[in-house]
Amino acid sequence: MTQKSKQVGSFREAVHDIPDGATIAFGGFAMPGVPFNLIKALLEHGARQLTLVGNTTGAQQPRMPDMGMLVENGQVKKVICAFTAATRPTDVLPFTKYYESGEVDAELVPQGTLAERLRAAGAGIPAFYTPTAVGTELAEGRETRIINGREYLLEYALPLDYAFIRATRADTFGNLQFHRSQRNFCPVMATAARVTIAEVDEDILPAGAMDPDHVHAAGIFVHRLVKVPPPPDGLWPTRRQERSR
Amino acid sequence: MSGTSKGLTRQQMADRIALEFQDGWIVNLGVGIPTMCSNTDIGDRDITYHSENGVIGYGPIAPSGQEDLNLVNAGGQNVTLKPGAAVVHHADSFAIIRGGRIDVTVMGAYEVACNGDFANWKITGQKGGGIGGAMDLAACAKRVFIIMEQITRSGAPRLVSQCALPVTARGVVKLVATNYGLFQPTSEGVSLREIAPGITVDEVRATVGCKLTVPDALPQVRLAS
Repeated sequence: MTQKSKQVGSFREAVHDIPDGATIAFGGFAMPGVPFNLIKALLEHGARQLTLVGNTTGAQQPRMPDMGMLVENGQVKKVICAFTAATRPTDVLPFTKYYESGEVDAELVPQGTLAERLRAAGAGIPAFYTPTAVGTELAEGRETRIINGREYLLEYALPLDYAFIRATRADTFGNLQFHRSQRNFCPVMATAARVTIAEVDEDILPAGAMDPDHVHAAGIFVHRLVKVPPPPDGLWPTRRQERSR
Repeated sequence: MSGTSKGLTRQQMADRIALEFQDGWIVNLGVGIPTMCSNTDIGDRDITYHSENGVIGYGPIAPSGQEDLNLVNAGGQNVTLKPGAAVVHHADSFAIIRGGRIDVTVMGAYEVACNGDFANWKITGQKGGGIGGAMDLAACAKRVFIIMEQITRSGAPRLVSQCALPVTARGVVKLVATNYGLFQPTSEGVSLREIAPGITVDEVRATVGCKLTVPDALPQVRLAS
């Protein structure tokens, strides 16, 4: 098997063709798996009217590039996520005021439904029924169906234009391996996207250097790779700053 | 002393809930006080902790300086792994949840109603909220246990006859630990199973917003196995 390497030289180059209006998903759960460097490049690139998909709009402390920063930078039309506000009323997400004021639209989706909508998009399944959110405000006015005596809510697949993810190891073909909870949404988003861009912790290996049994996301789902440089040029997860109560 | 700091401490509420965990259970702990359940000594019972981000079999919080920055629990804290741990992606993690493999999920809540409804994602006057994995867990775990303060900061009951806030799931709560005691929702009201040291039945009655059943022999909250 011969192929050109999917490695590109810079984050800027990796995001250069992102058009206005694109739907982009961002991997990550807390710090692990968040493509900080690609988000930073997208902030500089400046594409607008974007629809963002991810677990939360931020913000971790210390603050790192997150979906909320793209919102604050005026690049976002809509966010699809599991948190538009913090669960603890005393915590305030920067995004919340943009949503509450109507400046940015949001679709609040239970986290498992979000993961399954992405999985479905990648798997050629247009919609599915889930027990999650039945009987809640989220199900009001929506299609439900009783199957084997239990009520389920209809949810639609969520296809993506782009997925931005972070992995630990990659080969030039785009095969990826994640370390620990860095995996989270990343491989699922990769299957749902037309173009997946991965920032990678380690040097990109030649094709054949990774054991096929150790691949977590197959290279057919991955289109561009960028090696994250060591700090301070590259952004890396940091220790979490404990919140005061 | 304010009503929210009377009775059990946060760790004691978590301890009481953890004593309910049975050998072999797969347990999901929500952000906040529920994560403290993993600190409780429950003898040699073998518990597997599942975190919604796909970590199965995590152990205590990592000691300072030994954190793996790519390994976190649902609250974003750097944890350690126990022997036998595994990591899966998000879709598989929620397949575990919706597939009915979680024996109990422990969460915080703003309100619990006596019919087992509870609310923990949206506060009054807010357009959006923070759902996270709570709706998936609440709808699909075999049991939902709640840990919350007995009353709100303004003194209103959190154990109520009907949730005023938008619910997370309906009819699912099996057990509630508050700083005042241990409660079980029933179709009639809530039943007080155990009372916290230093709290009187009258104080409990005055801070519950629904019918309260109190057994003749009322034990104190059990804190050790």
